[in-house]
Amino acid sequence: MLAAVCALSGRACAQSQPSATYALTHAKIFTLAGSAIEDGTLLIRDGKIAAAAVSPSSEHIPVTRAAGITEVLAVPGGGGFDSNGSGGVIGGQASAIHLAGWTIDEMLIKKSAAMVLNWPEIETHTFDLTTFSRKEKPFSEAKQEYDKQVNEITDWVERARHYALAMEKGSAARYDRDLKLEALAPVVRGELPLLVFADRSREIRNAVEFCDKQGLRMILAGGSEAYKVKDLLRSKSVPVILRPLLTLPLDEDDSYDRLLSQPAELAAAGVKFAFASFDNSFARRLGQNAANAVAYGLPYDEALKAVTLYPARIFGLDGQIGTLEQGKIANLIVTNGDPLELTTDVMYLFIRGQRTSMDNRHLRLYEKYSKRPKAQ
Amino acid sequence: MRISKVLNAHGLGTLFLGLLGVLCLGYFPRSASAANPPDAAAVILIRNATILTVSHGTIERGSILIKDGKIAEVSQSINAPKDAQVIDAAGQFVMPGIIDCHSHIAAESINEGSVSVSSMVNMAEILNPEDIDIYRDLAGGVTAANILHGSANAIGGQTLVIKLRWGQPAAKLPFEGALPGIKFALGENPKRSNFSIPGQPRRYPSTRMGVEETIRSAFSEARDYQKSWQDYGKRLAAGEKNLIPPRRDLRLEPLVEVLEGKRYVHSHCYREDEILMLLRVAKEFGFKVRTFQHVLEGYKVADELATAGVGASTFSDWWAYKVEAYDAIPYNAALMTRRGVVVSINSDDAEEATHLNQEAAKSMKFGGLSHDEALKMVTLNPAVQLGIDNRVGTIDVGKDADLAIYNHDPLSAYAVVQKTLIDGRVYFDRQRDTAEHSEREKEKKALIDKFKKSAEKKPEDKKPDATVPILQKPAEKKPGEKKPEEKKPEKNPGPPLESAAPVLPGGER
Repeated sequence: MLAAVCALSGRACAQSQPSATYALTHAKIFTLAGSAIEDGTLLIRDGKIAAAAVSPSSEHIPVTRAAGITEVLAVPGGGGFDSNGSGGVIGGQASAIHLAGWTIDEMLIKKSAAMVLNWPEIETHTFDLTTFSRKEKPFSEAKQEYDKQVNEITDWVERARHYALAMEKGSAARYDRDLKLEALAPVVRGELPLLVFADRSREIRNAVEFCDKQGLRMILAGGSEAYKVKDLLRSKSVPVILRPLLTLPLDEDDSYDRLLSQPAELAAAGVKFAFASFDNSFARRLGQNAANAVAYGLPYDEALKAVTLYPARIFGLDGQIGTLEQGKIANLIVTNGDPLELTTDVMYLFIRGQRTSMDNRHLRLYEKYSKRPKAQ
Repeated sequence: MRISKVLNAHGLGTLFLGLLGVLCLGYFPRSASAANPPDAAAVILIRNATILTVSHGTIERGSILIKDGKIAEVSQSINAPKDAQVIDAAGQFVMPGIIDCHSHIAAESINEGSVSVSSMVNMAEILNPEDIDIYRDLAGGVTAANILHGSANAIGGQTLVIKLRWGQPAAKLPFEGALPGIKFALGENPKRSNFSIPGQPRRYPSTRMGVEETIRSAFSEARDYQKSWQDYGKRLAAGEKNLIPPRRDLRLEPLVEVLEGKRYVHSHCYREDEILMLLRVAKEFGFKVRTFQHVLEGYKVADELATAGVGASTFSDWWAYKVEAYDAIPYNAALMTRRGVVVSINSDDAEEATHLNQEAAKSMKFGGLSHDEALKMVTLNPAVQLGIDNRVGTIDVGKDADLAIYNHDPLSAYAVVQKTLIDGRVYFDRQRDTAEHSEREKEKKALIDKFKKSAEKKPEDKKPDATVPILQKPAEKKPGEKKPEEKKPEKNPGPPLESAAPVLPGGER
């Protein structure tokens, strides 16, 4: 059996056992830090990858973990589902977590990994529930609402900048504490990236220009039409967290494979991106998404990195996770085949160096009803 | 609506909607393929292919001969007859066209949600052959689909099976000879627990008890109605003169057809309790449930389903998108199969339908079904469930030449459809699609430029009030344009979920 070892990074607890030492032998090791090792050994000690063969290296949680996902970026407010409109423009802070631990403190990798910004959309289509009919809104009206929301974002950023200045210069006694502005201070200082949800090219462009002008670090989330602004994204070094490829194209005259072929196009253009599920119950389709992108032209290595190294790098965590290298946190999976293929099983899963249970509700129900005696 | 999307993408107001509408009348996406259905090649030979017959194993480097839309021969080697169009499928895989047992494509509307029994409405009346999702699903290897009414009512509308003959008029879509169906729905959707419409009172039923009573009540009426016609028939046969026939009841007629086995019942359901409930009601009134749809807790009552001879059409791995989907497990298909239920994997969604081959593959991982058993989930089994297995579902001599050709084993995430054939005609060809792509882009750009130019010239001529109504005329409906009740959320990150209720008030699933 060919065992493939790879560190899969994805989304949002398991039980810690005393630290043990493991050696995985005769494995094909996708270190993601260099080329794959065909028949390697990997040693895990004290929760860290002590020495690779060579130097490269709620119920949702266990269900997600069983799919080989060891870390996630937990985004507040289901930011991915209704990215624009619901929950206000500033959506809260996203945390990077291990998918194991008795408490959130045990799970945390980085409490504040990004600030969510739901970029508004110029939306001329509305639905009126009282008359049960679709409405067309004049463009000028939709644009006005859009501008109002963009002004609101600008206002937040400017107030946060003043607040950050006050924090810096004054003592705490000389200004009223404002928790919202305090949370935004690291954003305006350029320490915390904005995770900006936008899909249409016009909105993406506006968001990139806004962040550029305001000197804010931007990570794009969604990006259905990122290909239309790929040069801008590359030149401004804006990475993209792509929404699932298993989504219909936005417009009916888009090519049927528009979203499937986008990753290959972005990679060729030098835009950095990662795959993501955007939804708890579809997290186990992460690998499927990555494999589908390969089917439509993305090099395999890039697909694998887009669910390991790249998401880690985008959120500044690549010093700890994302590759199998000496000294990194030992979050990794052992599979019985290509880790992105539909029919591959995850055999073992390690989180912070500990072999972690893959038991979950689905498996338990399966076992329970497999054993049901034949009905009379 | 596409037109205003194009417009907005270029930052222009609704001021010019009317003009663009006029300019675009002749421009439909993929107009070439839409206007010209593929010619029927009388004889086609596919050769050098790995043939996944589903019925009798896999043939390596084999050939399929197609004559007049039917499979004429399947074997290791066939000499190309004169005038045969040859498709060299070296390195490629041919499987029976995918059959989607739960779809809402090609439908102008989905839910007549105003009443709890809407058996009088029929999906066959509102087929839209220009719905772009037909093409998208065709590009995913789908050749036939069960077009269902929504799940807003305990007893929903009449349904039909279609073939995805993209480019043909609506009249050519129905699957000839396939028995029509009717949609039933149990649980959260018919009791309207996930959505309320402002200003509208709640509708009966509001509970699972009410759903059961609604169905029983309707079938009681249907029995009486059936009897009134039987009595009339008897008296007529006995030679009575001047008889007045019973008044036709369009709501009860389809239910009588169900009682007489002339119409299949496809029932939306989730939980084990409601599944057993409908089986009891069906037994009481003497009708058959043909398929349970979704049936995510089917694995809990698999023996009961097998005993009742009901098919189960389910999702591969969807779960937790609503409370009644909390016990959904990806092992459902395999567990039910092991207990003798005929199981299919369906989409219920235009996007999900584009990769049903991959969804079928998951039953190998979750529950350990064989390659052939997994393939059957989207070919032979749905064909059996829809009563069309004499025509489609396997690669056998005499069956319709409805085929999907992939570049890899279709049960892999790396497989891409190269060609889709229906009745021996190539309705989708990836190479052709790619080649036409730049032409389509050029055409679109030319139209936009033309519009911009004319808009710059005479802006004072275009008054919004005069132009907007042009687009609202039903006669000028654009392909794929849908009525609001089935509008799906555009920013959907995955298959649409129940939580999208505000735009899917009569929603599915």
